[in-house]
Amino acid sequence: MSETVKFTIDGKECQGTKGQLLVDAAADNGVYIPVLCHMRDLIPAGSCRICTVKINGRNMAACTTPVEEGMAIENNSDELTDIRKAIVEMLFVEGNHFCPACEKSGNCDLQALGYKYQMMVPRFPYAFERRDMDATSPKIFLERNRCIFCKRCVRVIKDNEGRSIFAFKGRGTTLQINIDKTLAATMSDELAQKAMDICPVGCILKKEVGFIDPIGQRKYDKKVIGSDIENNHQ
Amino acid sequence: MSKPIIATTSLAGCFGCHMSILDIDDRILKLIELVEFNKSPIDDIKTFTKECDIGIIEGGCCNSENVHVLKEFRKHCKILISLGECAIMGGLPAMRNGIPVKECLDEAYLNGPTVGDNTEKIMPNDEELPMILDKVYPCHEIVKIDYYLPGCAPRADLIWAAVVALVTGDTLNIPYELVKFD
Amino acid sequence: MKDRIINIVETYGKDPGRLMDILLKVQAEFGCVSHEAITIIAAALHMSEVDVMQTRSFYHFFTCRPVGKYAVYLNNSVVSMLMGMGDVQDEFEKLSGVKVGEKTADGLISLHHTACIGMNDQEPAALINGVVFTELNRDKVRALVADMKAGKAAQDMVTTYGDGNNANPLMKTMVKNNIRKAGAVVLAEYCMGKGIAKALSMDARGVINEVKESNLRGRGGAGFPTGMKWDFCSREAGDHYVLCNADEGEPGTFKDRVLLTERAGMLFEGMTIGGYAIGAKEGVLYLRNEYTYMKAYLESVLSDMRSKNFLGNNILGKGFNFDIRIQMGAGAYVCGEESALIESSEGKRGEPRNRPPFPVQKGYKNKPTIVNNVETFCSSVRIIENGGAWYGALGTSESAGTKLLSISGDCKLPGVYEIEWGMSIKEMLEMVGAENVQAVQVAGPSGICLPPSQFDRKIALEDLPTGGSMIVIGKNRDLLKDVVLNFMEFFADESCGSCVTCRSFNMILRNSIEKIVSGHGIRKDVEDMAAWSEILRKTTRCGLGQTSSNPISTTIKNFREVYDARVKNVDYQSDFDMQASVMASCEVVGRSSKVHE
Ligand SMILES: Cc1cc2nc3c(=O)[nH]c(=O)nc-3n(C[C@H](O)[C@H](O)[C@H](O)COP(=O)(O)O)c2cc1C
Ligand code: SF4
Ligand code: SF4
Ligand code: SF4
Ligand code: SF4
Repeated sequence: MSETVKFTIDGKECQGTKGQLLVDAAADNGVYIPVLCHMRDLIPAGSCRICTVKINGRNMAACTTPVEEGMAIENNSDELTDIRKAIVEMLFVEGNHFCPACEKSGNCDLQALGYKYQMMVPRFPYAFERRDMDATSPKIFLERNRCIFCKRCVRVIKDNEGRSIFAFKGRGTTLQINIDKTLAATMSDELAQKAMDICPVGCILKKEVGFIDPIGQRKYDKKVIGSDIENNHQ
Repeated sequence: MSKPIIATTSLAGCFGCHMSILDIDDRILKLIELVEFNKSPIDDIKTFTKECDIGIIEGGCCNSENVHVLKEFRKHCKILISLGECAIMGGLPAMRNGIPVKECLDEAYLNGPTVGDNTEKIMPNDEELPMILDKVYPCHEIVKIDYYLPGCAPRADLIWAAVVALVTGDTLNIPYELVKFD
Repeated sequence: MKDRIINIVETYGKDPGRLMDILLKVQAEFGCVSHEAITIIAAALHMSEVDVMQTRSFYHFFTCRPVGKYAVYLNNSVVSMLMGMGDVQDEFEKLSGVKVGEKTADGLISLHHTACIGMNDQEPAALINGVVFTELNRDKVRALVADMKAGKAAQDMVTTYGDGNNANPLMKTMVKNNIRKAGAVVLAEYCMGKGIAKALSMDARGVINEVKESNLRGRGGAGFPTGMKWDFCSREAGDHYVLCNADEGEPGTFKDRVLLTERAGMLFEGMTIGGYAIGAKEGVLYLRNEYTYMKAYLESVLSDMRSKNFLGNNILGKGFNFDIRIQMGAGAYVCGEESALIESSEGKRGEPRNRPPFPVQKGYKNKPTIVNNVETFCSSVRIIENGGAWYGALGTSESAGTKLLSISGDCKLPGVYEIEWGMSIKEMLEMVGAENVQAVQVAGPSGICLPPSQFDRKIALEDLPTGGSMIVIGKNRDLLKDVVLNFMEFFADESCGSCVTCRSFNMILRNSIEKIVSGHGIRKDVEDMAAWSEILRKTTRCGLGQTSSNPISTTIKNFREVYDARVKNVDYQSDFDMQASVMASCEVVGRSSKVHE
């Protein structure tokens, strides 16, 4: 039997089920905690760190922390906003994100967080690292310049025998997203579409289509990311 | 009080940002009332004839000439604004960053699909020509920049709001729709 | 090649969980793990190639192109550099004609850098085909290169052997123990089997209670109460596992090296006692790749223990079954983090896991697992032999027992010291014969850089906790260049890269400190570094990122004047260098770059 627990986020009384991940529990209570790597029902990656909150005075990732009775969570403070903005800025300088040339622009979660935090210029120096794009698979492009290493594709996209189509290569600053050429060739249209849809940025793109939504009608042109979660519970 | 003076320039940019300045439509008449333009493609004044209050920079620095102009701007303007993605992060031209200059030049002048007519394999090298930098630099890596207005091109309303706020000293509140990176 | 590789895969039961061993074998036999090899391995294991590549590319002793017939790995960590690795590297480069990162045209020699190899008390040191060479200098390098050119096997280039078991026929290494001080616990007289016998005469709960009573806390650095860890684990259902952390990757520590050499039996006894306490049948010793030279010897200790019935089935007739296998690492500091160590033992990239679940709940093979440091297991044997109360009476009120320190750097007597917790840094410096000390790096790069004004602080979990690394830095050293920059380079290289912040910040901070060292820094850079260090500390998954900004944040705090002397007091300064930035394009068209600006 699932047990109900009570906790507070920035003073607001919330309820969830014991063991439920804090990001999800917060969303169920109409509180948006920003995420880039998390997806409900997936094993959490805990890698983008943008969901960092303060629980009883300690910084924790909301996507890997289960809610517990009596937790006092801080989600909205100058300190946390600064941390989150820094993470967004960091991702922008680490990869090569020239939004006007990107098909995901307007529908991109990273960009949307840049808008939310009104990033005018990153505080960090641009790395301008060369990352090669991979266009070898028949259905998708892998535009590595935009990968933020959220591991969503690694966790979700498998062939029919459960083998990985995406995996990491290297470590630290040489980290790269890698695609299995043999297995990628077997991807169905649906799987390719799914890969593109779960990629929070414009790294995985389906071939032969693009720029479908006109400017002005894209996901984040007018709506702030997370506002749907916040508005659901007013 | 005399009117604030504005200078503008396009470095490694496409003039799209300048187009966006013109996109403020009839507010341009109000702008002329508020400010005076000095060195700018808008009035075709080529060199600084006065010290300016605000310098607006479009484009990043891709060659030695850009660096030179940018430094001139820093010298003659009290406030510098990086306008648009190219000025802020190098933009489209910076897509060459990370690729060695030689590879870029070879592709552009010797090996690319559109250089069929360059049978003598000439690489432009006139004394008058500025030299290409190892990468395209965001303006703030060359000189101190005071404000940034993102977008490609930045929305005309954003430029308007920012310039008016600067000139009148009002606080700038930017609506969500105006800060966009594309 | 194909048949041989398939053969190797079959030796390990076609088990993807043994991918590390498979790759190690392929690397050893073919000098690399090529693309072709990956394809064969993937097919044989029915895995995707990218997953094999994921493991292959994570560890720095796996290479995609063949290393030289002699692969020379030069330790470029702080103490090695302080002791003269610069000259050693220079000599290697001169004689071989190639730079670090390259291979001679005839394929004879390849030169590489590697992080601390656990020989800080006998630097400069290097690994050649896995064989350790210590206290190198230009003359020795000349002899080594001559031997290589003559085709001598790396092992045969070792002419003198170290003391104790280092000279054992299965080890035959020049490594010295440098035991400078033996204390009452792990380095005291030892006789194999007493601990196991006593433990098996108690019930499992009794063993746990004894360890709890001793107040033993983890010796790997984090200081978690060992009895509590064992207790938590024992309460979980299902199969249990015991993992020993012998990754010893923190630059400056080498005390586990000495325990593995001189107290291997004690360690395995400790693991067995731990296994008995939590109800495990299997233990894994995760041994860092740099210690491959010990493997044959350690295997022999294991078989000796099996023959004495201290391991295996029905141990000492008490109905308890337990055995231990050795898992070799392949070069990755982060694998010392317990959950990364588990991932690596399962054949994967050494990426730390998210918690919860904790290893005691879901560890190796997703089963309840205890991971403990070598010294922790060794201490537990003594606790069982002599009682928790005996142990608890040693040390301070909060830090029971003794601690092995690995002391190196600018001092007369580098080596391993078993001290009682509570010694002050000042006393320690006297003990090792250190004078004119600028700073002591306590607990390695992830610890703190301590100034003389704090030398009366105590080495204890409640004051200056340490896994054992103590690096003495003399007054003549350039703290920022020789120490801080080197440490930041280390962290930037060793981050697993999963967390945005750890991956990027370590690089950004490394670049900032380099900027300051090169004289281009401004005051704001120092302030930015302090602020960014703080963000990094707050936003990472594992301890690596939580502590990797310490070289910067603790020196800014304790040695601010060193920074101030090096930065300019201006608001803005550009790093842009016109001359340098037009060099490439001027070269292409054949123009001098001097004319510009
Ligand atoms: C980056 C990193 C590296 C570590 N390296 C080691 C190591 O080499 N040896 C070790 O015993 N513990 C190391 N630890 C600590 C382990 O995670 C773990 O706490 C320890 O093995 C637990 O054993 P103990 O309780 O006996 O100390 C490391 C931790 C981190 C975060
Ligand atoms: S992935 Fe997002 S942030 Fe990156 S270029 Fe595309 S739209 Fe911009
Ligand atoms: S390709 Fe996309 S989904 Fe995959 S790790 Fe990169 S950003 Fe995430
Ligand atoms: S930012 Fe966009 S509009 Fe402005 S110069 Fe660059 S490419 Fe042109
Ligand atoms: S903190 Fe660093 S080493 Fe640890 S999991 Fe994150 S990226 Fe990996």
